Amino acid sequence: MQSDVDNKTEAMLPLDDNPKFDFSSTSISRSEPGSAALEIKGSMFTLPVLRLQSVDLALIAEDLSQRLAQHLRFFKHAPVVIELDHLDDQASVLDLPALCVLLRQVHLVPVGVRQASPEQAEAAIAAGLAVLKGGSSATPRSASSLPSSQEKTTTAPSNVEMAAPKPVALPAKVISQPVRSGQKIYARGGDLVVLAAVNAGAEVIADGNIHIYAPLRGRALAGVLGDNSASIFTQSMEAELVAVAGNYQVFEDGSAKDIYSRAVRIFLDGTHIKIIPLGQ
Amino acid sequence: MSKVVVVTSGKGGVGKTTTSASFATGLAIRGHKTAVIDFDVGLRNLDLIMGCERRVVYDFVNVINGEASLKQALIRDKAHNNLFILPASQTRDKDAFTIEGVGKVIDELRESFDYIICDSPAGIEKGAMMALYFADEALIVTNPEVSSVRDSDRILGLLGAKSKRAEEDLEPIKEHLVVTRYSASRVETGEMLTIEDIQELLGIDLLAVIPESGAVLHASNAGVPVVRDEVSNSGQAYQDLVSRFLGEDLPMRFLDTKKKSFLKRLFGT
Ligand SMILES: Nc1ncnc2c1ncn2[C@@H]1O[C@H](COP(=O)(O)OP(=O)(O)OP(=O)(O)O)[C@@H](O)[C@H]1O
Ligand SMILES: [Mg+2]
Repeated sequence: MQSDVDNKTEAMLPLDDNPKFDFSSTSISRSEPGSAALEIKGSMFTLPVLRLQSVDLALIAEDLSQRLAQHLRFFKHAPVVIELDHLDDQASVLDLPALCVLLRQVHLVPVGVRQASPEQAEAAIAAGLAVLKGGSSATPRSASSLPSSQEKTTTAPSNVEMAAPKPVALPAKVISQPVRSGQKIYARGGDLVVLAAVNAGAEVIADGNIHIYAPLRGRALAGVLGDNSASIFTQSMEAELVAVAGNYQVFEDGSAKDIYSRAVRIFLDGTHIKIIPLGQ
Repeated sequence: MSKVVVVTSGKGGVGKTTTSASFATGLAIRGHKTAVIDFDVGLRNLDLIMGCERRVVYDFVNVINGEASLKQALIRDKAHNNLFILPASQTRDKDAFTIEGVGKVIDELRESFDYIICDSPAGIEKGAMMALYFADEALIVTNPEVSSVRDSDRILGLLGAKSKRAEEDLEPIKEHLVVTRYSASRVETGEMLTIEDIQELLGIDLLAVIPESGAVLHASNAGVPVVRDEVSNSGQAYQDLVSRFLGEDLPMRFLDTKKKSFLKRLFGT
């Protein structure tokens, strides 16, 4: 899965010529005089990118359903950006509205297109999609970050490539302060090293491994771009949730007693989260 | 050098206003010229606990809006002539709070006061963010329960990210933990977190532990901050808080269950 992190997402407001909502008649509009009804902010998001290799919707549908099968939870209702660059001359044939319907059927939410020609951009706008400019691609560490179920047995070329860039090691992101409730830290393109506690209600995320040399009490998500080989290490396992490559395990009170407050490694065994004490 | 100290918690009703009143009064008793500001727009509790509610004419928002001078709005404490209260507005909305407006008032207070105590409202909305924005130090008021500790953790994160010191990359705000409404017996039964638990979870230095005590309610009904009730354990605990804040090294008191019974003392069990 490829991320598109450098796009400042702009608020999508209904424009004057296309009023979708009548805010004045809703009960939400109870703002006091002088107080603004909204605030517009720039925010950075990591968005999965679908890099199309074919315009054949049937092929795309088949390929998608196979890939998503294993990652259902992770991608359910995920916003996706459609990348058109790899289609060359086929691009003009692509039925963008039909593709959007298809994506929504598999619970993806198409939000925009990337690297669109002027004609494609026009088609995208007509289909209600945003035209995103720029956006750098993070580089997951594994060569194939979201393998299809077939991939183990066959190397047939796929029609949808979900980011298979070359591996590049970026320096680890190092955090030396406690990560507190409500805070979220993301190490893009590499490992995350945390030298203080990750507290309940906090979230640490990395494209690579996560190393916490203190208690993990909040959430840790390693290999979020699909790196199955990513691990989470912590000095004291007290987590609320751990995830590797989109496979989650939630800990409610009382569970995981055998490993509670121990130093552990958390990794993926197939699609199952495995937690083993360190030093054994 | 004047110091701005915010008293904050995230969670409501944990004892911020009680602590602000006693802390400010304690500093004044030690001879420091102190102002205490109520940031809780709409609720106005501090003036009640300080016993000066009848003398409120102008408030913080009047000063920000230029409708009154600081001198007109500050209320001098009856018992200590170096202690002043800047009350909150009961009627205005919090939109009056802007960084420029609040900053101007704080700057003016810094010119004549040693300590400026900011009593924060609960939550993480504008009032709370404004109360912590200009802080040099912070008292994090926490009750020995999970939800309160969690909210304090949240506030600590905001102190480290959304304060003036954080934004300007200055030396970080000095954070002190104040555990209030501590009940040794409820800690013993496991109903409440221990001090060690709280410290371990929040990772900041412990300044004081204030025991749960009926004296607090009496004091606030009488409009006399509990720090002046020298016989109550909570009054003494607040005195210790002030002493430690000013650099004295005192052992923590009131951490164990009340008194051992006569028989237990006799047999040493
Ligand atoms: N140590 C204590 N022992 C007993 N009662 C206490 C103690 N500290 C505070 N209280 C009581 O708890 C209640 C809330 O206290 P206070 O108003 O100081 O909290 P607060 O954090 O300022 O609340 P708010 O979030 O509403 O501003 C009051 O009724 C007060 O008397
Ligand atoms: Mg209060």
